[in-house]
Amino acid sequence: MAEVLTHAEPHDEHDHKPHGWRRWVYSTNHKDIGTMYLVFACLMFFIGGGAAMLIRLELFSPGLQFFDPQFFNSLTTMHALIMIFGAIMPAWTGLANWMIPMQLGAPDMALPRLNNLSFWILPFAFTLLLSTFFVPGGAPAGGWTMYPPLILQTGAAFPMLIFAVHLMGASSILGAINVIVTIMNMRAPGITLLRMPLFVWTWLITAYLLIAVMPVLAGAVTMLLTDHFFGTTFFTAAGGGDPVMFQHIFWFFGHPEVYILILPAFGIVSEIIPTFSRKPLFGYEAMVYATASIAFLSFIVWAHHMFTVGMPLAAQLFFMLSTMLIAVPTGVKVFNWTATMWKGSLSFEPPMLFALAFLFLFTIGGFSGLMLAMVPADYQYQDTYFVVAHFHYVLVPGTIFGIMAGVYYWLPKWTGHMYDLKLARWHFWLSAIFVNVLFFPQHFLGLAGMPRRIPDYAVQFTDWNRVSSIGGFGFGLAQLLLPYIVWKCVRGGVPAGDRAWEGAHGLEWELSSPPPFHSWTTPPSDAVIARGAEH
Amino acid sequence: MIREKLAHLTLALAAAAAPLTAHAEPGWSQLNLTPGVTHISREIYHLHMLVFWICVAIGVVVFGVMIWSIVTYRKSKGAVADVTLVHNTKVEAVWTIVPVIILVAMAVPAAKTLVEIEDTTKTELTVKVTGFQWGWQYDYLDDGVMYFSRLDHRSDAARELLSGIDPTTVEHYLLNVDHPFVVPVDTKVRLLVTGADVIHSWWMPAFGVKKDAIPGFVNEAWFKIDKDKPGLYRGQCAELCGRDHGFMPIVVDARSKEDFAAWLKQKAAEQKQAATPTAPAAAPAAPTAATEEKAPWPKS
Repeated sequence: MAEVLTHAEPHDEHDHKPHGWRRWVYSTNHKDIGTMYLVFACLMFFIGGGAAMLIRLELFSPGLQFFDPQFFNSLTTMHALIMIFGAIMPAWTGLANWMIPMQLGAPDMALPRLNNLSFWILPFAFTLLLSTFFVPGGAPAGGWTMYPPLILQTGAAFPMLIFAVHLMGASSILGAINVIVTIMNMRAPGITLLRMPLFVWTWLITAYLLIAVMPVLAGAVTMLLTDHFFGTTFFTAAGGGDPVMFQHIFWFFGHPEVYILILPAFGIVSEIIPTFSRKPLFGYEAMVYATASIAFLSFIVWAHHMFTVGMPLAAQLFFMLSTMLIAVPTGVKVFNWTATMWKGSLSFEPPMLFALAFLFLFTIGGFSGLMLAMVPADYQYQDTYFVVAHFHYVLVPGTIFGIMAGVYYWLPKWTGHMYDLKLARWHFWLSAIFVNVLFFPQHFLGLAGMPRRIPDYAVQFTDWNRVSSIGGFGFGLAQLLLPYIVWKCVRGGVPAGDRAWEGAHGLEWELSSPPPFHSWTTPPSDAVIARGAEH
Repeated sequence: MIREKLAHLTLALAAAAAPLTAHAEPGWSQLNLTPGVTHISREIYHLHMLVFWICVAIGVVVFGVMIWSIVTYRKSKGAVADVTLVHNTKVEAVWTIVPVIILVAMAVPAAKTLVEIEDTTKTELTVKVTGFQWGWQYDYLDDGVMYFSRLDHRSDAARELLSGIDPTTVEHYLLNVDHPFVVPVDTKVRLLVTGADVIHSWWMPAFGVKKDAIPGFVNEAWFKIDKDKPGLYRGQCAELCGRDHGFMPIVVDARSKEDFAAWLKQKAAEQKQAATPTAPAAAPAAPTAATEEKAPWPKS
């Protein structure tokens, strides 16, 4: 059919694309770039996960069995940098690339060449970052938060770290600009802002957060660079500088950053739960406003990461109250998701399973977050495994499960094949069980007094560390199923149909599976929009 | 080369597995925060438990509704979706306002405790605490007593990579020091916390005190140990401070007021004697954060 069209109308030659390596390196296509982002994220997920496995290996027993403490510190630092900037953020950009044009009735992203650039910066950034393992002094070991003066003790890796962070930041900003321009300019006629799917909404807000805070991070690390090499003393008290100022600047970036990591997951879950409940999302507008409120609040809570640095009473009270306030819009979201399931007609395919696990386990992460907001209690929790448990609950069964849910939701659309549902269910159950074995005991460890970022511990912490390590190995092994399931699905399988899931609504399901190379070459008709843009 | 590495790996695996059999610590009971031995630490513990139980109660309700929906409204059981149920202003107002009320209920006791913690007036003893890579320096400002406190030798030997020493045979492994920090009970002790090189954090769970030790800054913290609770209390540095961050414990030796006074007098006399004959001109001035550049302890 495509060939016939090609001969009749050369300008409508939809599937023309370069072949071989040129297709990828020169790509300006949102799907190909999205695929590259996702493959890259998957690769980084396994490298960062490998670092996590080594961490859990060393922590399996008290005493040092495998690594020098300095190398252990490098592992924790690199694990965080790789997972945040290499796995989660590129995975979100990959999903945005694939889905936003398809969900808005657009042919592609608004700025395709920029899109190519923003992806191709990443392999260079991470080659640079990972090569620090082989330079004198080893990989950065001062924590991903890069607090001075400690980070200034980094060896040859220091300028490489700074430059890598600059590159990642540039890539993120370019990606965010592209998302905003696409959403603002490429919506098909009739798709008003309040008819957009929630994944698009949450990504729009995420993109604004990225543009607001990535330059702040770039500024902070640049000041570190000049402190180290050019004699400035931004963060050195002896020269009139202030080491705590770095922490304020860093967390002014860092707190919105954690919402950058989670908001798109809110969007995905807001699409999956209605689909498998066969019922529209409860409180669509409330969801949009709650997301915007969370984004706004994220700018005024940063100092809750640093209650122990010694702040005035008024500042501590302010940051405690503003942090607690975040529980309100987040609660609204959880209640809306629950109300969506209420009186629905539920089925439990893999995307729904991951979304439900998200719902339960992210809420647990929210509870521990509320506990951490209480300043006096935070004095006891700060820098212990309780914090480690908290942010891993929101980032692994929160963000990572959100990404998994999205991949399992849209994979049939991308490939045209239904994946092996049985194997995907195995992947889910192994992940959901082991993630709790891995992280739940860390609450106990932290409360009992185990600090984070230590390579060795007092013997009374042995038992729960051992449980946590076993959970870690199980979780890590279970993730190997994901690339296998995806690869098998790409290679073939039962045709998925255009609307791969019975209850799915949205413009992406109005396209063929797999979709045409240039998604919507003509805007969808009013009838299609009416059918597709129901929430 | 490869054989050497394999031998190393085998040794490492054996070392990792060894304590599996020898281990007999009450590790499973390590579940919760300590109530501690000060008024503040107990306040914090009660706040912690209050918020915990509120979270449990909310969890029971929210998870209950979720589980109810998952069990009841199954397509496989013939459930039909009520697609009109998309919005309800009343319900939405309730689940916005009720959380606000719960939050206020939690914020009030938290703020009260915080105000108490920040009250550093009427202190009876002031000690400057300086974190360095990797240990602590205690400086009794009014009494001319100063000393360093580092990981004890048995732990230090056992913690070497593949030391061959089973950590479970070392008493208070990683939580023991050569010179504990001696303080009196029933006395409001003020700490002036600072750092010599990088940021550290002085944490004593039993007192509910954690304060960052930042070069160029002097932070204040205080504790008042119960009169009937003399003894040894253990904690660790809580801010990543480089290679040996995991190996700079804190041990507080809390003594009765009389015992403390006697100890302080003796210690002051010892230090005075030690300082006079050898270096009369260069009596070591109390090192400040700015002058104290190098840890007096060789980097390992």
